[in-house]
Amino acid sequence: MSDHESTYVPKTGVEKWLDSRLPIVRFGADYMSLPTPKNLNYWWTFGGILALCLAVQIATGIVLAMHYVPNVELAFASVERIMRDVNGGDLIRYTHANGASMFFIAVYLHMLRGLYYGSYKAPREMIWIVGCVIFFLMIATAFLGYVLPWGQMSYWGAEVITNLIGAIPVVGEPVLIWLRGGPAIDNATLNRFFSLHYLLPFVIAGCVVLHLWALHHAGQNNPVGILIPKDRQKKDTVPFHPYFTVKDGFAIILFLILFATFVFFMPNALGHADNYIPANPLVTPAHIVPEWYMLPFYAILRAIPDKFGGVVAMFAAIGVLFVLPWLDTSKVRSMRYRPAMRTFFVIFVLVGLGLGWCGAQLPDAPVVPGMPSFQLFDGQLNSYLWLTRLFTAYYFAFFLIIMPIVGLKETPLPIPATISEPVLPGGGDAMTAAAPASTEKKG
Amino acid sequence: MATMFPETSMRSMKKTLVLIAAAAGLALVAQPAAAAGGKGHALRDGNFSFEGPFGTFDQGQLQRGYKVYREVCASCHAMDLMSFRTLAEPGGPFYDAHQASAAENRFVRALAKEVQIADIDTETGEPIMRDGTAADRFPNPYPNATAAAAANGGAAPPDLSVMAKARHGGARYIYSLLTGYLNPPAELQIRPGQYYNAYMAGDLTPFMPEGSHDVPPGGFIAMPNPLMDGQVTYDDGSAETADQYARDVSAFIAWASDPKQVQRKQSGVGTLIFLLLFAGITYMSYRRIWKGVAH
Repeated sequence: MSDHESTYVPKTGVEKWLDSRLPIVRFGADYMSLPTPKNLNYWWTFGGILALCLAVQIATGIVLAMHYVPNVELAFASVERIMRDVNGGDLIRYTHANGASMFFIAVYLHMLRGLYYGSYKAPREMIWIVGCVIFFLMIATAFLGYVLPWGQMSYWGAEVITNLIGAIPVVGEPVLIWLRGGPAIDNATLNRFFSLHYLLPFVIAGCVVLHLWALHHAGQNNPVGILIPKDRQKKDTVPFHPYFTVKDGFAIILFLILFATFVFFMPNALGHADNYIPANPLVTPAHIVPEWYMLPFYAILRAIPDKFGGVVAMFAAIGVLFVLPWLDTSKVRSMRYRPAMRTFFVIFVLVGLGLGWCGAQLPDAPVVPGMPSFQLFDGQLNSYLWLTRLFTAYYFAFFLIIMPIVGLKETPLPIPATISEPVLPGGGDAMTAAAPASTEKKG
Repeated sequence: MATMFPETSMRSMKKTLVLIAAAAGLALVAQPAAAAGGKGHALRDGNFSFEGPFGTFDQGQLQRGYKVYREVCASCHAMDLMSFRTLAEPGGPFYDAHQASAAENRFVRALAKEVQIADIDTETGEPIMRDGTAADRFPNPYPNATAAAAANGGAAPPDLSVMAKARHGGARYIYSLLTGYLNPPAELQIRPGQYYNAYMAGDLTPFMPEGSHDVPPGGFIAMPNPLMDGQVTYDDGSAETADQYARDVSAFIAWASDPKQVQRKQSGVGTLIFLLLFAGITYMSYRRIWKGVAH
């Protein structure tokens, strides 16, 4: 796949002139004709969906920036003014706000797909690492953007998160003041957050180019997880266009149905009501929670009794993803053929959701109300604090213990020699062999 | 249908649906726990016409709600984000199909004229008071936040512009709160200047005798029960009861919090129909393009 021969032939004089100077049309044409494994399933459509999400966020964000006022006295009212007095402003703003949630739904599914099918393993480590950089930038961008409406959650979220920097020994305090632009969160903070919120999406776009470059160099993984041998290229791949443009297109439209349902009918369902209360530094909300997509990491932060330890754990939860390619000792990419690992993967997904749930609860609240419990170190055993700690332990154990050990100990199922084998009559697809229609799977 | 979508394709469709359901499920599971904390009564259902994907506002109710706001709430609560012209926008309480524009609406011009707006004389630069126009914001009852707090025992009455979005439960919460001035248990120690409300956020355990098992739901609110039967005159024959006032003003605040919501829902229906048709067509092209490719 990496040595994909260019089939582009410039036809007109202008195209020939351009092709010998800046082969940009050839670049696009090669992209479109890229041989793509024909067995990619719908979990592979989230790449295209994410590209759409980024484009939507940038397009709506540019329009919002035309009307938004980054000033602590005016920001809240300017966001409301966009929704009341700007043509189509309510849709633009709600699309942007819900777009962040949609972006994270898609990125989490995209990452879980990579995890399940071993897309981070050689020769695709750089695709994964650049992807992790994008994910980290997305979190930063989303956090900065959430501060801009200058509601109560904006302000207090910024307070909690910037305070984390202050927990770093020695340099924490000066860095905190430097980041905030003053001793407290104020106009200077809002202005720099706005500036950075506008900048980072373009850094993300640049990283997306690197992500795709690495992807097209190493070639796409596929559900079977094997590299396609040279002599099978013709049989096992199809050109990206039209085969995957139409499949991705279909998936994108389904995703837009979900997106539109939120934007048009429940635009505030994913947000917190307190963010419609203008920021007030003198009134702390009863319960400060980040947006849903940050909750698992927020839970990990709170699981550690020491503040600095919590910050380290939270960043480590993202940092561990960067070294994932070297933590996995298995020679088999796809978990289709790794039944033991598959079980741990399913538990991992549930633990991730569980961490998100715990992140939204008060740490001291009992998990099972009324159940007698006892004090264990700094909290009741029957509390979200201890449930969060259990989940946090699994989160890290999954990467640091389970992945290296299972990879060495497990016995994987037999792996097909080609990606066509499992889908043709008599094939041995472990996941779908039991389904009656697998022998004539065409759809 | 049977030939267009053979069993195999139905299976992959099903897979796709599972995918979408998984995404939707994730969104739901991950929702900030609205239910966390603050136990209390379930919110009262105001039978609001604007709830649900097809719901629309009852214009008569919005007009009554505006009247209640103007005559009762507005003496303490500002709505700084509201302009009089907004009342005449499509879907608003005084929208008139014959108006040239929202600013030309005769009802809104008359309503705006009732208030006096502080301004600067364009000739002399002297501060003056002039009649309101459709372009003016609703007047704030207090000159500034400090004055508002000082006049209300230290707590400024919150602005109501986006109140339905700023509380979980929206209009139902506002309706419940306004009708939630129930009789407190005799043992409850109520501080001066505070009132018991069964829907206000809070925990009353510290204000009950120690070890009490009947801690009432709700909390203390600094606003006395604002609505009484017969307080506002309705000229459309609607019941002049506190319950009806509460219902109407909750609907008005729900509208004011997001004046475009009904138009947005209506364009949402069209958008979804379009997307569903587009998905169907794209799916058929997908089937056709992939025909004969085992994968």
